[in-house]
Amino acid sequence: MDAGVRPSSLADVAAAKVKSPGNASLGTGLETRGVHAWFGKHHVLSDINLNFGAGTVTALIGPSGCGKSTFIRTINRMHEFIPGAAMAGQVLLDGKDVYQPGTDVTKIRLQIGMVFQKPNPFPSMSIGENVLSGLKLSQTKVSHKDELLEECLVRAGLWNEVKDRLSAHGGSLSGGQQQRLCIARALAVSPQVLLMDEPCSALDPGSTLRIEDTIRELSETMTIVIVTHNMQQAARVSDYTAFFLSDGGPGQMIEYAATSEIFSRPVDQRTENYVTGRFG
Amino acid sequence: MTSIPTPIKPWKATKRERLIDVSIFILALLSSYLFVAATEMKGKLALFVVFFGAYMLFTASFKGFQLGSAAAKDALVNSLVAFGAIVTVIPIASILFTVVQKGLPGISLNLFISDMSMATPTDPLANGGLLHAITGTLALVTLALIMSVPIGILTALYLTEIRGRFTSPIRFLVQAMSGVPSIVAGLFILSAILYPITKSFSGFMGALALTILMIPTIARTSEEVLNLIPNDLREAGVALGGTQWRTVAMIVLPAAKSGLITAVILGVARIAGETAPLLLLTGGGDKVNPNAFNGPLGSLPYYIWKSFNAGSPEAITRAWAGLLVLVGLVLILFTAARYLGSKKSSK
Repeated sequence: MDAGVRPSSLADVAAAKVKSPGNASLGTGLETRGVHAWFGKHHVLSDINLNFGAGTVTALIGPSGCGKSTFIRTINRMHEFIPGAAMAGQVLLDGKDVYQPGTDVTKIRLQIGMVFQKPNPFPSMSIGENVLSGLKLSQTKVSHKDELLEECLVRAGLWNEVKDRLSAHGGSLSGGQQQRLCIARALAVSPQVLLMDEPCSALDPGSTLRIEDTIRELSETMTIVIVTHNMQQAARVSDYTAFFLSDGGPGQMIEYAATSEIFSRPVDQRTENYVTGRFG
Repeated sequence: MTSIPTPIKPWKATKRERLIDVSIFILALLSSYLFVAATEMKGKLALFVVFFGAYMLFTASFKGFQLGSAAAKDALVNSLVAFGAIVTVIPIASILFTVVQKGLPGISLNLFISDMSMATPTDPLANGGLLHAITGTLALVTLALIMSVPIGILTALYLTEIRGRFTSPIRFLVQAMSGVPSIVAGLFILSAILYPITKSFSGFMGALALTILMIPTIARTSEEVLNLIPNDLREAGVALGGTQWRTVAMIVLPAAKSGLITAVILGVARIAGETAPLLLLTGGGDKVNPNAFNGPLGSLPYYIWKSFNAGSPEAITRAWAGLLVLVGLVLILFTAARYLGSKKSSK
């Protein structure tokens, strides 16, 4: 592949898509201030300051091991599940720190949903039960369950494929379908923010495109943060892109800008090297 | 039109190869038979050992001669593995066979509808039965299950899900407990509860001792099973706004269900035939006792022990019949548990 041509074409892709306007009804969005993370004594993430506007899609890119996944796991407080984990800084959701003492963690995770790298539908539940599992887990009461089930599956782009077998096992779906099922599951609790940790890394190109369409549609109603190793994907789906890098020490954010800027006029030499595929 | 070839299995042994295998087998059998007949070694065991040695020698040398040393080693290891499997199966098959052979003559309808309150073990077989022992054993197993399943599974959940400060001492204690001899559990209940508190034999005392024996088996097996549940599922549950307890109850436990049922089955297997604590604690009544908390309670192991002790031919037939019923009861419990476990998860 010609490295000289790629950045401009990626920038074209990024510029060509319609930007979703910030939606005031979605709250004031998500902000991180001075976030650090450790595993034991190992400092893995240093001083991340980012502002995710409501209703935008932000892509986090960077080589493996630069702390992207750790960073998004600090946002919905999944970081603390790893033994030896520690963090510093603030994660503000609508201006309130999610790490403030006395915060109801389960409520935070309801507001900040997450889609994992590997599709992980619950094996003991049917497709329908999987979608609605979040409601049961969080003991949320909903009056129109069937409508909600359909709506979530439609938004995740899976409805037509599964509408006749909602009582089938979640494991009977293909990998791409399972991942869309996991997205539908995350949507059912109507989160304000959706974190996606390389959601397409295990999927074929067709499924990947379907999920990218889904992400574009979802950004009308929620704030999305997506970790990806796929430059084209970042260019296609995101409004903003942050580039993370670790130079042997803790991961840092090197550059943050509108996606079209990152791919056409990166300020930092390291960003340019990475997005043009010269390293990483 | 393209012709469809006939499906073949080129990896399977050909007829000729199979014929050679069978000939080697017969050759080994014949020569070992002659060898045993000609020398001082006598008996089935000697025949079996010599036959096996001869078979290994013949098959390895033939394969080695024909196909080289790798094939010889392959044949040698193959027959060693088969030997191991046969040696494992023989005692089990032999026990089952003996129990069925000696127990069947003692089985009659009478056995299941009457107890020993009006009979002694040395009476003719037409008198008395073991209804009291069957109901007693069922009551003991049920009580022990009711007490040990929640405790055992909660212990496993503490070890795998909560992982608190006491995880390693508790794991160590559970492992140590699984080595406790049953007579020690019986003596413990005898001296800690029966003598100082209740001062009377009852089924419940026996069930307490069985619970002590059952908890470590259930806890350890459940722990292994829960450790196999991928962490992804726990994270997904928590990320959807579930508390840890709801995640465990809704996702982890259902996903581990069939393994947990195996854990319970192993627990029942551990205690179903336990005799020592029952001798100490239940009082071993001869009458159907509907109240497991009061008065002596009969049980199958107790009945078997008592009948063998009586020594007369009738009593010994009774004991074998009791053994057969015990083995049958355990098999029925296992099958039922397996069936229940597979029914819901294949929904």
